[in-house]
Amino acid sequence: MSDGPHADLDPALVSTRSVELAVMALLLCLAIFLGWDNWRLGAGWAPDGPQPGYFPFYLAVLLGGASLWGIAAALRSEELREEIFVGRSAFGRVLRVFLPTIGFVLLVQLIGLYVASFVFIAAFMVFVGRLAVWKSLLTGFVFSALMFYVFDVQFNVLMPKGPLEAAFGF
Amino acid sequence: MEALDSLLHGFGVLLTFHNMLLMLVGICLGILVGVLPGLGGPNGVAILLPLTFTMDPTSAIVLLSCIYWGALFGGAITSILFNIPGEAWSVATTFDGYPMAQKGQAAEALTAAFTASFFGSIAAVMLITFLAPWIATFALRFGPPEFFAVYLLTFCSFVGLGKEARHKIVISLALGFLLAAVGMDTVSGELRMTFGSVEMLRGFDFLVAVIGLFGISEILLAMEEHLAFKGQEAKIRLSVVWRTWLTLPRYWVTLLRSSAIGCWLGVTPGGAIAASFMGYNLAKRFSRDGANFGKGKIEGVLAPETAAHAAGTSALLPMLALGIPGSGTAAVLLGGLMVWGLQPGPLLFVEQKDFVWGLIASMYLGNIAGLIIVLATVPLFASVLRVPFATIAPMIIVSCAIGAFAVQNAMFDIWLMLGFGVVGYLFKKTGIPLAPMTLALVLGDKAEDAFRQSMIGLDGGLGIFWSNKLVGTITTLALVMLFWPLIGKLIDLARGSGRHEPAGAAGSGSSRA
Repeated sequence: MSDGPHADLDPALVSTRSVELAVMALLLCLAIFLGWDNWRLGAGWAPDGPQPGYFPFYLAVLLGGASLWGIAAALRSEELREEIFVGRSAFGRVLRVFLPTIGFVLLVQLIGLYVASFVFIAAFMVFVGRLAVWKSLLTGFVFSALMFYVFDVQFNVLMPKGPLEAAFGF
Repeated sequence: MEALDSLLHGFGVLLTFHNMLLMLVGICLGILVGVLPGLGGPNGVAILLPLTFTMDPTSAIVLLSCIYWGALFGGAITSILFNIPGEAWSVATTFDGYPMAQKGQAAEALTAAFTASFFGSIAAVMLITFLAPWIATFALRFGPPEFFAVYLLTFCSFVGLGKEARHKIVISLALGFLLAAVGMDTVSGELRMTFGSVEMLRGFDFLVAVIGLFGISEILLAMEEHLAFKGQEAKIRLSVVWRTWLTLPRYWVTLLRSSAIGCWLGVTPGGAIAASFMGYNLAKRFSRDGANFGKGKIEGVLAPETAAHAAGTSALLPMLALGIPGSGTAAVLLGGLMVWGLQPGPLLFVEQKDFVWGLIASMYLGNIAGLIIVLATVPLFASVLRVPFATIAPMIIVSCAIGAFAVQNAMFDIWLMLGFGVVGYLFKKTGIPLAPMTLALVLGDKAEDAFRQSMIGLDGGLGIFWSNKLVGTITTLALVMLFWPLIGKLIDLARGSGRHEPAGAAGSGSSRA
């Protein structure tokens, strides 16, 4: 699933087995943590039926058990050790979309969603897509304006706004 | 016929200019959602759900369900022209659809796919029309133990029938339940797993989770796999449509078989994905020249498409009648019902006649309109895929952020969506299925309430779940489903033959994809 057409040219960053072990271990920690929290809350039986922690506690036990099973299964599997989870350049591409997205969300918090989406779309098209600057600016503007019209004006679904919208009285 | 009367009433509700317009908009949006990578049925509907908050429920469900039909149709376009399944359930369509397009028969393949989809949907809608009211009447007798037993059946069939490794399905389910339990406990009012955080108090909204798990993670995956759309030309001439339609009656067995498989798997939550593979594999086995499957046989397009759509449509049957969705998208629609203040389940048929029958009528009309629209607009939507991915990706991310924020007007939810995106990416790549988690997130609170209400005053005994014939049957059935793989093996052993069960065949089909 993960190896694309150029899998041979793309040196492995990490094997599927390592990632699977890490995911399972994290899930196990989460299960222990949540299980403990619910145990503290009361996971037994009150006179009127189960206590609030009862249901989640046993789910945490189930989650923990399944992740332990997952650790065992991943350790036993020879196949997974060979399998490439993600290659170096493929992971680079993932970061190239993920890091700007984090930046976008930060911007939303600071200057509102519409301006942030204009900046994000235009910058992404210019720097990641290597598309013409005027096309990128135009696309970003049209899309943001359209979203503003549809959500804020037409359907009254209000998005976070910043100084620019305030200047126009929204 | 009471059902027919109600259906006519439903058409009456539906046939207003406003609703018809919404239907057209919904189908076009749906096709777009189905075509674009990173926007599937579940998160397409989830993102657009906030738009419907101010509509009346009937118009809202018409819009959303038409997005669903559109997405079902749209998935086939990318599979056949670009060899890229827009949706997981159209993977099987690529096996024969893309070879047909390579041979220059793209128009035939597309016509066959859309018509098959239409056929499958209509078969499932007829099932819903006549079966749903009956199930709902039946379900009116349900109390908390019965409902819990049905929930149990839903989750057990996921574990028993799923094609992923069992422990991974269990992880997905348990995690979904745990996330659903975060926040205020509905019975005792105590706070659970909030760790003193105000943001956690609201709990995890499943719409935010769906948008992150399916939308953001899909974008990350698409970027990683370096999607390049090199597609075949798409022009559908009316003469080709006619010619293809004239050949279809020849394949009536395939169509009927796939419809039946789809309806069955759609009602039980294994859903459209399993159905499409099973439809394909069975068609291949029963066909006179099964060896030519995979080289561009029209039957190889008809079988999975019919099954996928029958399943995708009939997934709405348990949602309407019992309040239990049969698929991820149905789960999101169910979330919509709750937002609009409707209580999903059997009472819906009594209290919200307009809504229910309007929805069922919209399934008929939506599919007819969908077939016509999709045949007419294929070139347009195919050209969408030639837009550079660097343009589409940020737009999808922005849409996801808008959808996530609008659910509760919370900035924290956008961050949460990003987090779920990473989780979705890791889970998809390690083979942990996402659908069980979505369902558990939606149904978690209801399942827990049903459990605790059944248990009130009891001292930890589970006898209540076998206290009468009805609940006992459902609970036993749930356990049978849970241990189905073991039971299947035992049956095979007893027969002493190496015959493969269909579920196994479906599994092998998916690993090849």
